[in-house]
Amino acid sequence: MSASGDLFDVAVIGAGLVGCALARELGGFDCRVVLLEARGDVGDGISKANTAILHTGFDAKPGTLEATLVRRGYRLLRDYAASTGIPVERTGAILVAWTEEERDALPALQAKAEQNGYDRCERIDAEELYRREPDLGPGALAGLTVPDESITCTWTTTLALASDAVNRGIELRRGTTVERVEPHTGAAAECTVLHTSRGAVRARYVVNAAGLGSDVVDRLFGHDRFAVTPRRGELIVYDKYARRLVRHILLPVPGRLGKGVLVSPTIYGNVILGPTAEDLDDKGATANSEAGLAFLQEKGRRIMPALLDEEITASYAGLRAGIGQEDYLIRADAEQRYVLVGGIRSTGLTASMAIAEHVRALLQDIGLLLAPKTTLPPPVRMPNLGEAFVRPYQDAARIAADHAYGHVVCFCERVTEGEIRDACASVIPPCDLRGVQRRTRAMNGRCQAFYCGADVQALFEHCRDASSLKDIASREPPATLAPAGRPA
Amino acid sequence: MNTSGPLESNLCVDVLIVGGGPAGLSAATELARRGHAARVALIEREDVAGGIPRHCAHPGFGLRDLHRFLCGPAYARRLTERALEAGARLFTQTMMTHWCDRHAVEVTSPRGRHRIEARAVVLATGARERSRAARLIAGDRVAGVLTTGQLQDLVHVHGRPVGTRAVIVGAEWVSWSAVLTLRHAGCKPVLMVSRQAQAEAGAAATLLGRLGLRVPVLTRSRVSRIVGRERVSAVEIEALDTGQRRMLPCDTVVLTGSWIPDHELARAAELTMDPESRAPVVDTSQATSRPGIFAIGNLTHPVDTADVAALDGVAVAEHVLAFLDAPERAGCADRVDGADGADAAPYRRVLPGDGLRWISPGWMHGHTRPPRDRFLCAPSRFVRQPLVTVSQGGRTLARRGLLWPVSPGQVLRLPAALLASGRGCAEPLVVSLAEASASSP
Repeated sequence: MSASGDLFDVAVIGAGLVGCALARELGGFDCRVVLLEARGDVGDGISKANTAILHTGFDAKPGTLEATLVRRGYRLLRDYAASTGIPVERTGAILVAWTEEERDALPALQAKAEQNGYDRCERIDAEELYRREPDLGPGALAGLTVPDESITCTWTTTLALASDAVNRGIELRRGTTVERVEPHTGAAAECTVLHTSRGAVRARYVVNAAGLGSDVVDRLFGHDRFAVTPRRGELIVYDKYARRLVRHILLPVPGRLGKGVLVSPTIYGNVILGPTAEDLDDKGATANSEAGLAFLQEKGRRIMPALLDEEITASYAGLRAGIGQEDYLIRADAEQRYVLVGGIRSTGLTASMAIAEHVRALLQDIGLLLAPKTTLPPPVRMPNLGEAFVRPYQDAARIAADHAYGHVVCFCERVTEGEIRDACASVIPPCDLRGVQRRTRAMNGRCQAFYCGADVQALFEHCRDASSLKDIASREPPATLAPAGRPA
Repeated sequence: MNTSGPLESNLCVDVLIVGGGPAGLSAATELARRGHAARVALIEREDVAGGIPRHCAHPGFGLRDLHRFLCGPAYARRLTERALEAGARLFTQTMMTHWCDRHAVEVTSPRGRHRIEARAVVLATGARERSRAARLIAGDRVAGVLTTGQLQDLVHVHGRPVGTRAVIVGAEWVSWSAVLTLRHAGCKPVLMVSRQAQAEAGAAATLLGRLGLRVPVLTRSRVSRIVGRERVSAVEIEALDTGQRRMLPCDTVVLTGSWIPDHELARAAELTMDPESRAPVVDTSQATSRPGIFAIGNLTHPVDTADVAALDGVAVAEHVLAFLDAPERAGCADRVDGADGADAAPYRRVLPGDGLRWISPGWMHGHTRPPRDRFLCAPSRFVRQPLVTVSQGGRTLARRGLLWPVSPGQVLRLPAALLASGRGCAEPLVVSLAEASASSP
């Protein structure tokens, strides 16, 4: 571990999508940055379980910071995905109106999209709707298309941003919880001291991107301005056989009761149904509830009855950090040299890189001096987890060059030994099997590890031991990159 | 003697067998013994052939096919050796990924990406237990929740510990197999939970299990929620009749039974599937709805014992050879859905009636008898004094009382003779199951 009390220019608390994007952004400048993550892996909180949709921002509230950042973030992330190999499929979305009230709401939604600078929405009648989505359940009245809505992989996105950040010289400390803060107080102190579960970290500027814990961290700075209400969203993942049923992201028309339930293809070739929206007290409540699962099935039966005939591959629950307002809460405090990035809702995946730019500019506004680095390492190339693109088991040349890419270990998802080995030797290796799942798709398939669980576990432990030996040999600082304990 | 390893080049064969479990290995052995060794290939995606019995470190395998009483791993080895001794070519670590067309497939192995052309394909891809997600069990997604297959792989193949206190969901034969594995791994099975009024394994087996293995069985109950942080710490159990719930501490949950065929390749070939068993529908010669594609073993009846699956493999050889001799004459299930004149129809559909979830084969093909002269079917409810009725067009053709109670989770084997009188009419034969006392005329 690095000596405690090291002085950094910026400490970023939270290695979710926003924290990683910000760390990568700051890595483009000459400054010392530390990225602190309480859990054992990056992107292991709210960033890991969402609908993974790259939003155009057509339905954001016009004029909000969120609307601006989602629009910019869409372009930034689309380009970044192209350069790093994050899979993106532009399936397009259709808002489906099931009631006259919903149908009557479509023109206003189209006008709102135009206010948000998105002018490619198109209203379609029931006939056209069923032509485009033949397996839609009966009774749909009309639709509004959003041709540029896309599906992507949230896991790969976080990992790409975090890996680039590390490659650009950012120090990532996993398993490091901020417990107490001595804030910067203007003249008296030179820096803020963050007392963490792994010793003190001193930083001239601090950014709070702690997601679900952002209100707690904010209070450690002496503020009392918001509370995070975890909002549980349960999702059901249907088998890949269901993929042929669903051509677009099928969105509900937002109504008085929130956004409602969607049916969407996933980048891995499955179909998701969800999410529910349930406000909770417990920030660790990622359990699936019986009521939630039953509710989703009932909704799914209406939207697409044929979906319910297919097997369920997985179910999960993600948490969104609701703060009871219609916009992101991003505030810079010049006195404390502190920036709060709160209330980043489900649009956060799309907006992450734009949020990073915005926060970097705020840091400069409150006095952080930044000079661009003259040279940067090339962007990381991420392994492809997208079903629509060539994967190692399909790549004859790759298998010929390295037999491990021809040894399929996880049969349902067709993940090879080579991919699991590569994940363990990557810039940010997994610290447990869930980390392996997010990096490779292994064990995410229909058998849910019936066939491959034991093999994947053995392979992971073998590769992990091999790469940690290599770390020692090459004198890498283990606290920054080696597996850093289990999540709290 | 051949040895097995990954496929190294493109291949052109008469018969491709996909899946190296008991069914596929037995088919390969039989075809090789009939002089077709050079023209038959079997591909297996795992590192070694043998299938599910490799993980089942308890005796009871090989009775019907080898007339031996073997442990699972020994049985798996024996079937593999027999296939190799007969001259069959086995390719391991070789996974079929998709169909190029009806008789050409693409595979991935460590030696590359290859194409196999075959005049006939035999699918023997087996079955697996449904995952927790597919069963929609609510609660925390924590470590310590396993299917029997995964449990046995961990314990018997990888020698890993599994926990200290286990709750077992299901009370089928396989559930008792899970109990043996847990015992072996030093994990105490504290309770077996079954939705049924009677344990699925049947009264005799359950009594033996209760007394011999001392595991209590809770019927008419279900695990309604799994609780834990990192690992399971308890399960919530609901009594189905009263709705009452209670918590039971444990660190391991084993999900048993609830079998689903591993039918990815069958579906990719767009074969006609049975909506209940989710297996490809086959006729009595084990032909699927596409000529030249056969399906055997637990892929077609999830699940009967390994030796029954193996005997499917023995039986299919003759039908595959007949197809190779005269492909133009071969029929296929579902090609003539009663469209021909009544007397001429070589095919009659066999359907599950009241009391059954599915029956296989789903078609009678002329005078061809099914493997072992048995139709296999799955009861949909517990029946104390079962009476099997075969009817056609509303007319009862045969009745047969059974000596033992049956329950869901069991596979019932019915003599083909019961259905034999249904010839000469294109209407489907319907097999149903009821209490003898309730339905006697």
